[in-house]
Amino acid sequence: MAPARKTAAPIAQDTQHRAVEAPLPKMESPIVPHQSIGGRALVAVVAIMTFLAALTTGAVMLVRMNAADWQAEVLREVTIQIRPVDGKVTDKTVDEAVGIVRGFEGISEVRPYSQAESGQLLEPWLGSGLSLDELPVPRVIVVKLDTGSALDVPALRKALTEKVPGISVDDHRGWIDRMRAIADFVMIGGIVVLGLVIAATILSVNFATRGAMAANRPVIEVLHFIGAQDRFIAGQFQRHFLWLGLKGGLIGGAAAILLFALIRPVEAMIRGNAGPEQFAALFGSISLGFNGYLMILAQIVVIAAVASEASRRTVNQTIASI
Amino acid sequence: MVRFENVGLRYGMGQEILRDLTFRIEPNSFQFLTGPSGAGKTSLLKLLFLSLKPTRGLITLFGRDTSTLNGDGLSALRRRIGIVFQDFRLLDHMTTYENVALPFRIMGRDERSYRNEVVELLRWVGLGDRMWALPPVLSGGEKQRAAIARAVVARPQLLLADEPTGNVDPSLGQRLLHLFQELNKSGTSIVIATHDIALMDQFDARRLVLHGGRLHLYD
Repeated sequence: MAPARKTAAPIAQDTQHRAVEAPLPKMESPIVPHQSIGGRALVAVVAIMTFLAALTTGAVMLVRMNAADWQAEVLREVTIQIRPVDGKVTDKTVDEAVGIVRGFEGISEVRPYSQAESGQLLEPWLGSGLSLDELPVPRVIVVKLDTGSALDVPALRKALTEKVPGISVDDHRGWIDRMRAIADFVMIGGIVVLGLVIAATILSVNFATRGAMAANRPVIEVLHFIGAQDRFIAGQFQRHFLWLGLKGGLIGGAAAILLFALIRPVEAMIRGNAGPEQFAALFGSISLGFNGYLMILAQIVVIAAVASEASRRTVNQTIASI
Repeated sequence: MVRFENVGLRYGMGQEILRDLTFRIEPNSFQFLTGPSGAGKTSLLKLLFLSLKPTRGLITLFGRDTSTLNGDGLSALRRRIGIVFQDFRLLDHMTTYENVALPFRIMGRDERSYRNEVVELLRWVGLGDRMWALPPVLSGGEKQRAAIARAVVARPQLLLADEPTGNVDPSLGQRLLHLFQELNKSGTSIVIATHDIALMDQFDARRLVLHGGRLHLYD
């Protein structure tokens, strides 16, 4: 071919387009156009959906983590109450109960509340400035257990009730069981919501990818007609859409990670107000931890892979339809 | 090189638009494909280019039965065929140089191995100073020449051109036909679909005339 071109050169002569004295051009453009409205919209969709999915994941993980911590904390405590049987409870009775409790293994701390402290516990209901001497106020003993303690609560209860009249032992078991049921319900609800958010993310990313791919049909057709193999075409689009998905995922995921990371410093800044402290007392830690951040990163990769796979399938469908 | 035997084509459940086509395209040959508008020239080109499958009959391309081709086989055959589309089909986000070099790029060749060849071809078709231009700023004639350059750059054994002079003035049309003749001299078989009888009269070449869905050959 080349010799024929050199001898003939019919077009070049007639159109006065002479060889130009300029540097040779380079292959710089990607096969798949990078800048497109569909591509930018896809990045936005992926970013928003990744942000929502990451928030949901983080919330579910926080609930799960804190419910477990909180249950373990409550289970490490036993409350003993001595009700006055005839008049009022004397310090002697309390000391006797404390002595019995200390005789059991697996106990780290026994804290008897004084008459005044027991009265303070009633202040929210009875008001302050009330003389408690005239009232049959029960006395409370809080028993802290060692971590992993296997305290024989029925034996403790039996020993105490035999020696101390009007005594009751509460290991919070019934309350914990109810709270555990509520926590499990919240967890299941959270997982269902997370599943729905992830499904919505996959579907919306899938559709957004197909939308972005629609503008690329002419590119697929030309590549197909000049003899590009199907896997070459699919590979070009998969790489491009994997990058778009990662870009959107990183934006959304980073925003969610930043939000979770900022909660603790913000909480520290406003510490002292009743709101945050009550929130922390109720819900415990609001830090995601390594596993939480790992989950968000995994979501970014999965969502990018969804975009990439959707582009591959669209390329194959387009080629089949040509 | 190309053999059609009793080939028929219909779209959907409609009547056959091409009927009992039987002909050959020999190596190093030059032919016009003509006929009135709507006669099926573009459909026949699509059959030649494996963009359509015949409803019946046998098409053999470079010795291979096209009905038995898989995806890779189809790609391999297409690389031996160059096609000039009526609407050019240049990629707007690529420069003229990049569009013309695309057939090499999809083969995975290193750019240094073909850059001079592409530049030389672009200069030869008169696009030496338009190598960096994007298709949207090219004139109709320039687009046409870029499309032709892309079709021939990988030295196909068969070149199919659909109305290649339809978008250019008569003098440029003649020059483009000279270009096809030069390609033919270098060993490429040429099929040019056109309904420009005046243009065909200027070249002594075989004519494939489509009329009423049937093909008439004038050697």
